[in-house]
Amino acid sequence: MKYDIILSGVGGQGVLSIAAIIGMAAVKGKMRLKQAEVHGMSQRGGAVQSHLRIADQPIYSDLIAEGNADMVLSMEPMETLRYVSYLQPAGVIVADSTPFVNIPDYPELDDIIATLREYPNVYLIDATGLAKNMRAARSSNMVLLGAASRFLPLEASTLEAAITSIFARKGEQVIAQNINAFRQGRASVSG
Amino acid sequence: MFVPLGNEAIAQGALDAGLSGVYAYPGTPSTEITEYIQRSQQAQARGVHRDWSANEKTAMEAALGMSYVGKRAMVCMKHVGLNVAADPFMNSALTGANGGIIYVVADDPSMHSSQNEQDSRFFGKFAMIPVLEPSNQQEAYDVPFYAFELSEKYTIPVLVRMTTRLSHSRADITTRDPIPENEIALPTNAQQFVLLPALARKKYADLLKQQADFILEAEQSPFNRYEDHSDYGLGIIASGITYNYLMENYPDGCPYPVLKIGQYPLPTKLIARLVDSCASVLVLEEGMPLIEEQLRGYPFDTGKIRGRLDGSLPRAGELNPTLVAKALGIETSPTFTVPPIVANRPPQLCQGCPHGDTFTALNEALDQYSKGRVFSDIGCYTLGVLPPYNAINTCVDMGASITMAKGAADAGLLPAIAVIGDSTFAHSGMTGLLDVINANKTVKIFIVDNQTTAMTGGQHHAGTGHLENIAIGLGVPEDHVRVITPLPRQHADNVKVITEELNYEGVSVIIARRECIETAKRHRKTAKQNDSPQSEDTTQQKELA
Repeated sequence: MKYDIILSGVGGQGVLSIAAIIGMAAVKGKMRLKQAEVHGMSQRGGAVQSHLRIADQPIYSDLIAEGNADMVLSMEPMETLRYVSYLQPAGVIVADSTPFVNIPDYPELDDIIATLREYPNVYLIDATGLAKNMRAARSSNMVLLGAASRFLPLEASTLEAAITSIFARKGEQVIAQNINAFRQGRASVSG
Repeated sequence: MFVPLGNEAIAQGALDAGLSGVYAYPGTPSTEITEYIQRSQQAQARGVHRDWSANEKTAMEAALGMSYVGKRAMVCMKHVGLNVAADPFMNSALTGANGGIIYVVADDPSMHSSQNEQDSRFFGKFAMIPVLEPSNQQEAYDVPFYAFELSEKYTIPVLVRMTTRLSHSRADITTRDPIPENEIALPTNAQQFVLLPALARKKYADLLKQQADFILEAEQSPFNRYEDHSDYGLGIIASGITYNYLMENYPDGCPYPVLKIGQYPLPTKLIARLVDSCASVLVLEEGMPLIEEQLRGYPFDTGKIRGRLDGSLPRAGELNPTLVAKALGIETSPTFTVPPIVANRPPQLCQGCPHGDTFTALNEALDQYSKGRVFSDIGCYTLGVLPPYNAINTCVDMGASITMAKGAADAGLLPAIAVIGDSTFAHSGMTGLLDVINANKTVKIFIVDNQTTAMTGGQHHAGTGHLENIAIGLGVPEDHVRVITPLPRQHADNVKVITEELNYEGVSVIIARRECIETAKRHRKTAKQNDSPQSEDTTQQKELA
């Protein structure tokens, strides 16, 4: 078994936090892990991605080959499209439908959404909106992770345990809020 | 389980291998090595030196001093940092080491966060010292143990070459029991570190003599491995991280003989075995074609060697599994094409960044002059080249803003403007400022002081709290060392101050001081502690580890 994920978003959106939770869940499940991150200049509001690979056998490359990702998991709709060349023909796209507009020439959102819908397995989640409704705006990444969890080769309980331990120092309330966000995201995609 | 970044693996490896001090100036992709040691309780308990240095040259010289007294030291920098440290680097190949010393240099092929993609292995060859190039996180952890031993065995500094992908990628590794630090023991030869010509000539002869030993070490190195396979139609040399891209393409095993390279100078016998037994040879290397050029050996190039120089692989940029597959003639997976609707999203100054307010004021004050007179430097403020600011005209190397502005002023471009960050000024700006003062040219130097080394994530630097004193001490007239606060509500005042200084014939230093909003946010958070960190993009690594 191997599962390759491209995580994408805009610098500061919390892409690496999602990666950290999936990574911890994978390691707790006795799987091997490789995860390539972007540090440095791109983190200043630019496009960022992370290659996350989990498998039950040794993993060689830190980078996923184009056309091989099982999933593109994205915090932002246009940042999803930037990495479609990595996706397998039957791969899954899980993306937040809310745009992050910090450039003057951001395309029409309707056009972005329409383009996204042309791909075979697309799950657009209003993670930002769902998180806001829960009064937990900063947990939108956990909503998205919950939606993605329908497809990951990891048990929901293992992911929840990873969320609990990553937010452990922040107290019960923060943990509960993030678990709740995760569950809402999971419920937004029918299993 | 320990799931470190490549950089964190090498840091933990160095600590476990008896490190007494790390010396560094931050620079992507090397920064996390030193940061890891700064956070490490093990380092704290042992009192391992781990403060930032003013620049890579001071870092390397301090580490050499630690090696002189017999302790194990490590210096970390990005590839262009080695240019700054080139003087001690080259000369330390002659002085040699006493306590083990390793120079970890992280290259940035494809220039993700850099102004060039120079390959530090060439520097290693230039200095004629051993070079190690780990291929994965486990090797990154193992390298310091081996490198310190090699360094002490031959009393020679050892270069460790990392690249962005390995530095910034994490994987699970196993660690060993730590070994104790060395005791203080000065060199047995009191003249070992004295490069007086007569002594240096002898040291150079020794270094030349050692080359055969270094090759022999490479032949037997655990980081160089010959993997024989039955199809001799092709042989593959895979150095560093490219070995992973190769193996990724052969999930059931590579059919061709493979020579995995992780230690230089090149193991000539292993190379000869591969080249002699295979019909052609493909060389995979991250960065520049160091191995390939050595094998081609004009005018004896037989056309047998393939790589970056014959178009089998791109001449520039980092490799990946797909490029390696194409060079091997392996059919690659079908892919979707990125739709043209996707717009570029370049990095930019953060919302509320003080540099934005400085550029807005500077642009307005400069409106009466012709364009093209703002010389800038390396840091977040380099992003001022982009719209909406279009505020700067150069970015070359650390400190070049002040000296290039001086040269332009020497040639008659008056006033000439320099824009340099506070950390960059402390790193390499002071000597240039002294040149400007001695020439007494109308150069206006903006030190954009956000009180941190911001681009690399907010590290402390040597100049904090000293900038006015440095400028005045070097000789800038006190009433032309001005401090402004870059805030929108201060805009009119700031334009006025800048205009006054532009009208003054002579050297001015204008310090635009406001804390980086990212570090300010972090300081507020540390004060409060209770905030949820979900959107913090860099702090989850410790938990995973």
